[in-house]
Amino acid sequence: MTRWVRSVIAVFLKDWHSELRTRYAVSALGMFVITTIAIIMFSLGSEGAPPDVLSGMLWVVIFFAAMSGLSRTFVSEEERGTSMTLQLLAPGSAVFFGKLLFNLVLSVALNAVTVVLYAAFVNGFVIKTLSIFLVAVLLGSVGLAAAATIIAAIIARANTKGTLYPVLSFPILLPLLLAVINATRLASEGAFFQEAAGEFQLLISYIVVVVTASATVFDFVWKD
Amino acid sequence: MGLRLFLGIWLSIVIILGLSLPMVAQPLHWYDLPVIPGLEDKARIIFFHVPTAWLSVLAFLSALFYGIRYLRKKDHLDDIRSASAAGIGLMFCLLATVTGAIWAKFSWGTYWNWDPRQTSIFVLLLIYGAYFALRSAVENEEKRAALSAVYAIIAGVTMPFFMFIMPRIISSLHPEPLINAQGKVHMNTTMLMVFLASLAGFTGLYYWIWSLQVRAQRLLSDSTQSQGGHERG
Repeated sequence: MTRWVRSVIAVFLKDWHSELRTRYAVSALGMFVITTIAIIMFSLGSEGAPPDVLSGMLWVVIFFAAMSGLSRTFVSEEERGTSMTLQLLAPGSAVFFGKLLFNLVLSVALNAVTVVLYAAFVNGFVIKTLSIFLVAVLLGSVGLAAAATIIAAIIARANTKGTLYPVLSFPILLPLLLAVINATRLASEGAFFQEAAGEFQLLISYIVVVVTASATVFDFVWKD
Repeated sequence: MGLRLFLGIWLSIVIILGLSLPMVAQPLHWYDLPVIPGLEDKARIIFFHVPTAWLSVLAFLSALFYGIRYLRKKDHLDDIRSASAAGIGLMFCLLATVTGAIWAKFSWGTYWNWDPRQTSIFVLLLIYGAYFALRSAVENEEKRAALSAVYAIIAGVTMPFFMFIMPRIISSLHPEPLINAQGKVHMNTTMLMVFLASLAGFTGLYYWIWSLQVRAQRLLSDSTQSQGGHERG
C-alpha cells in the first residue's frame, strides 16, 4: 500500500518537475486565460452584462482553459514515447491517481488565477455570497480535473487529439458545468449558503462517481 | 424474413390506428381515444415520438452493455454489436429530436426552447456524436473497441446527473404531467393499447435493424480480414 502511494507521488512529481522545466502551464495556459478575458472585455466594452450572463461566461473561460491544458499529462507521454516505460515502472492505478493529482493541482491553480483576473477586470461581475462562490470554484475545479483526466487518457490514444478533447469532454462535463454555473449565479445574487446545498451535493457525488468509474476502467485505456 | 413481415404488418396497423382513431371528449366506444386538454390531436405524437426516444435510450444501454462485455471478454463481435447499437441509437435519437421539435413548434410556438427534455436529448446526441468521432479517430481495432467502450461507460455514469440538475434550473413544459399526472396514466385502455403496441413494434424494429447491421458488419470484417486489408468500423 505504501509502495502504491509512493508510486502515485512519484508519477505526480515526475509531471510536476517536467512542468517546472517547460513552464507550459504557466506560460501557455496563463496567456490563454488572459487572451480570453481580454476578448470578453473587448466585446462587452463599457456596457457590462447581467450577472447571470457573466457567471456563465466565467465558466466558458474555465472550460476552454481546462480543455487546452488538462490533456497535456497523457498526450505528452504519447508524444515523447514514454508511455511504455511508465507502464513498466508503475501500476496502472498509480499512474491514474498520480496524473489525477497533477491535474487537480493544475486545475485548482489555473482556476484560481482565472477567477481573480475575471473578477478584477470584467465590469459588473459581483459576488455577494463569497462562501458559495469559493466552494463552487473549488468543487468545479476538482470535478473538471476528474472528468478531464480519464478523457485525456482516452484521446491520447486517438489521432486527432486536440479537436477530440472538448468534443468528448463536453457531454460528460455538462452536468457539472450546469451545477457550477447555477451556483455562481446564486452567489452573484446574494443567496444564502443553504440554497446552493443541492448543487454542492450534486458536485460531490459527481466527483465520487466519475473518479470511481475512471479508476475502474483506466487499465483498459492505459494498458496495451 | 418472418420477423420482417410481422413487423411490417404490426407497425402498419399501429400507424393506421394511431392516426385514424377519433379523439372525443367522452369516450363511449372501444375505438374512441380520450381528448387530453391542451394537447388534443397533437397528442397523437405519443404513438411515434415516445417509442423513438425509448429506442435511443435502449440502444445506448445495449451499446453500453456490449461495450462492458467487450472489455471483459475481448470478443471482437461484442464491439460490432455495441457499435451497431450505437449507430441505430444515433438515428433514432435524431428522429426523436426532430419529431419533438416539430411538435414543439405547434404546441409551444417554437422549435427549440431548451426545455429539460430537449437539453437531455441534445446531450444524448452529443454523446453519440462524440462516440463516433472517437471511433473514427482510432485506427487500431482493439484499441478502438476498448476506448469507445470506456467512453460509453463514463458517459453512462454521468447521464443520471441531468435528472437532478435540470429541474433546479428550469421547469419542464414536456407534456408528461398532462398525460401522466400523479403517476396515474390519463390514457384510456384503447390509447394505452395502441401506445404499448407501438412501443413493442418499435422495439422489434430495433432488434431487426440491429441484427441485420451486426450481420452486415461481421461479413464486412470477415471479408476484409481474409483479403488482409484494413478493416473499416
